[in-house]
Amino acid sequence: MTVLVDKNSKIIIQGFTGKMGSFHADEMIKYGSNVVGGVTPGKGGSKHLDLPVFNTVKDAVNETGADASILFVPPAFAADSAMEAADAGIKICVAIVDGIPSHDMIRIKRYMRRYTKSSKMTLVGPNCAGIISPGKSMLGIMPGHIYKEGRVGIISRSGTLGYEAAQQLKNLNIGVSTSVGIGGDPINGSSFRDIIEKFETDDETDAILMIGEIGGPQEVAAGEFAKENMKKPVIAYIAGLTAPKGRVMGHAGAIVSAYGESAIEKVEILKECGITISKNPSVMGDTVKSVIEKM
Amino acid sequence: MDIHEYQAKKILSNFGVTIPRGGIVYSPENAENKAREIGGSRWVVKAQIHSGARGKAGGIIVCNTPLEVAQATDKLLGKKLVTNQTGPEGKIVNRIYIEEATDIEKELYLGLVFDRSSESIMVVASTEGGMSVEEISKEKPETIIRSKIEVAVGMQNFQARELAFGLGIEPDLIRRASDTIIGCYKAFSELDATMVEVNPLVISKQKQILALDCKMSFDNNAMFRRSQVSELRDKTQEDSKEIFASDRGLNYVSLDGNIGNIINGAGLAMASMDMIKLAGGAPANFLDVGGGATPEKIVKAFKLVTMDEKVKVILVNIFAGINRCDWVAEGIVDALKKIQIKVPLVIRLAGTNVEKGNKILKESKINYIEANTLEDAANKAVAALNK
Repeated sequence: MTVLVDKNSKIIIQGFTGKMGSFHADEMIKYGSNVVGGVTPGKGGSKHLDLPVFNTVKDAVNETGADASILFVPPAFAADSAMEAADAGIKICVAIVDGIPSHDMIRIKRYMRRYTKSSKMTLVGPNCAGIISPGKSMLGIMPGHIYKEGRVGIISRSGTLGYEAAQQLKNLNIGVSTSVGIGGDPINGSSFRDIIEKFETDDETDAILMIGEIGGPQEVAAGEFAKENMKKPVIAYIAGLTAPKGRVMGHAGAIVSAYGESAIEKVEILKECGITISKNPSVMGDTVKSVIEKM
Repeated sequence: MDIHEYQAKKILSNFGVTIPRGGIVYSPENAENKAREIGGSRWVVKAQIHSGARGKAGGIIVCNTPLEVAQATDKLLGKKLVTNQTGPEGKIVNRIYIEEATDIEKELYLGLVFDRSSESIMVVASTEGGMSVEEISKEKPETIIRSKIEVAVGMQNFQARELAFGLGIEPDLIRRASDTIIGCYKAFSELDATMVEVNPLVISKQKQILALDCKMSFDNNAMFRRSQVSELRDKTQEDSKEIFASDRGLNYVSLDGNIGNIINGAGLAMASMDMIKLAGGAPANFLDVGGGATPEKIVKAFKLVTMDEKVKVILVNIFAGINRCDWVAEGIVDALKKIQIKVPLVIRLAGTNVEKGNKILKESKINYIEANTLEDAANKAVAALNK
C-alpha cells in the first residue's frame, strides 16, 4: 500500500482542457501516472491529449472507473468541483488551486459530513503541490525527478519547502514513500494529523518528516496525536521563526493569532510530544538521517 | 482586507445593529455643520485609520460644542497617528468620523472569527469591553464566553440568547442583544468576513444596545464576489510597497532588516528568512514570487526590492520545479538588464536543470555571488553585508 496514490490509481483532471490542466496532465502522464481522462462541462464526448473528456465527474467515474482527481479550476468554482468529485465517488481529490475563499472551504467540509467514513473522499489542499508516491504515481505539480523512491513520508504545507526537503533527502541517498502537500490555506481538506495517521498504518513508510509553519493549530494537533498513537518516528521543521506576529506571511494560513501558533511555541510543544526537531531548514535531511540511522 | 470603523458600522447597521448617529468628513470646514446635523450636545471626533488603540494615541477627542468638533477635526486631519498596532511609521488620517456621544452604562466585548480547530465560526464575548481581546484573555479569562456556530444552519436564536444571558444583560434587553449578535453573525457569514469585532458593545443609560467601535476584515480571496466590500479599500492605509506587490501578484511583507529577499513559495521564503536570522542577519522583507517564478515576476520582484532603501544585500533563492532553473536564470539576467542593482547579489538556484541555470548566470556578465544550499545562501548574504 502507498499513502493515497499508487500505480493503480485512476486519475481524472477537473478543468482538463484549460491551460494549467493540460500542462500538468501532460507532466503527470510523462511521470507515469495513470491518467484516464478529464472533465470540462460542455466538452463531453471530445478527446484531449488522446484521452476522453466528460461533462460531469459522475460520467467520468462511470466510464473509466476513476478513483482520483485533481482540480485545475478557477478558485470561484473550486468548491463546487470538489463537492462534485466527492458525490461522484472519487476517493482522493487534490485541489491545487490557490485562492479559494475560506467560507467556501468550510462549506465543502460541512458538505462532506453527509458521507460515512468509508465512503468519504479525502480532499488534499487547496493551495498545495499535491501528492507523489515516487516511482508509482504523481497527483500533483511537483518536479518528479527530485524525489527518490524510499521509505520516508513527507507532509508539508509549503510546496517549494517540500521540494527542498525531498532534494536534501535525495542528496543523502534517502528516498520518499509518499510526499503530501496539504497547502497553505487556513482551512484545508486534510490536516497534518489526518495524513500522519495514514503514514502510521502504511507499511511502506518507516519515518515521517512534517514541515509546518506559523499559524493555526494543526501542527500541535498532529504532535499530540503522534504522542498518543504513533510508533513511527516523526521529525518536524517549523518555518517562520522570524515572522512578525499578526501579519500574513504569503500563505493565508500563516498568521500568528493565538498561543501555540508561533514557530517557537510550536517547536516547544512538538518537542514535548517526542518529535525530533530539525533546527533549521537546511538540516531537514540530516535530521531525518540521524533518526533513521538509530532505528 | 481591512476597512474603517465608519464603514464597518454602516455595514453592521444594515444587518440590524444599532449604531450612534454619526457622519464622515474629509475637511474641518464641514465638521461644524456635520455636528449640528447629527444633533445632540456632545460629540466624539474619531480619526479613521486601520488600527485599534486609537484612543491612547490621541486619535479620539470628545467635544462639547460644534466649534470644538471643527477644531478637533482640524487637529487630526493629515496627521500621522502612531498606535501600538501601526508600527513606528504610523498611519495617515484622511477621514474623520463625528459621532454623537453615548452615555455608557456598561461596556461589553463581542468578536467573531474563524475557529481553525473546529472549522466553524466562533463568537467570543466578554463583560470586559473596552480592553483588547488579548488583554481580556490574559487578565480576565474567566469572563470570556464562546459559542461555535454550525455554518450550514447559521446562528440560532438560542445561541445568541445564551451569550446575552452569559453577559449578564437584563431580561428586557435580551431580545435586542440577541438581534445584535445575530446581525454581526450574518454580516460575517454573508460578506466573506474573516473578523468582526465590536469593542465595546455598549448598553447606554437610555437602555440602548450600541456598537460603539467596530472593526471588520475580509477574505481577499472572496473579493471577486464582494464588489461592494472591495470598493471600501483605502490604499492610503497600506504600505506603498505592499500595494505595489499585491497589484502585481506578489506576496510581500515589509520587515525591519536589510537583506532583501526574492524567493518562490511562501514556506521556502519563511525558511530562508529563518536561515538569514541564524546566520546573524535580518530580512528586509518577505517576498514570495509564487511557485512558478516566471521571468516577468522576477523583474517585478527586483523592482520592488530595490525600492526599499534599507536593502543592503539581495538574496535570490529559487527552487525551480516545472519552471526550470535555466528559464529562471534567463529571467534574472533579463531583469538585471532592466534594473540596476547597486548592492551585492547572492543567487541560489535549486531543482530542475540547476546546472544549466548556473551556467547561464556565470556566462552572463552579471555581478553576483553563487550559493548552493539554503545555508550557504544565507551565510553568503550576511557575509556580503559585512564587507
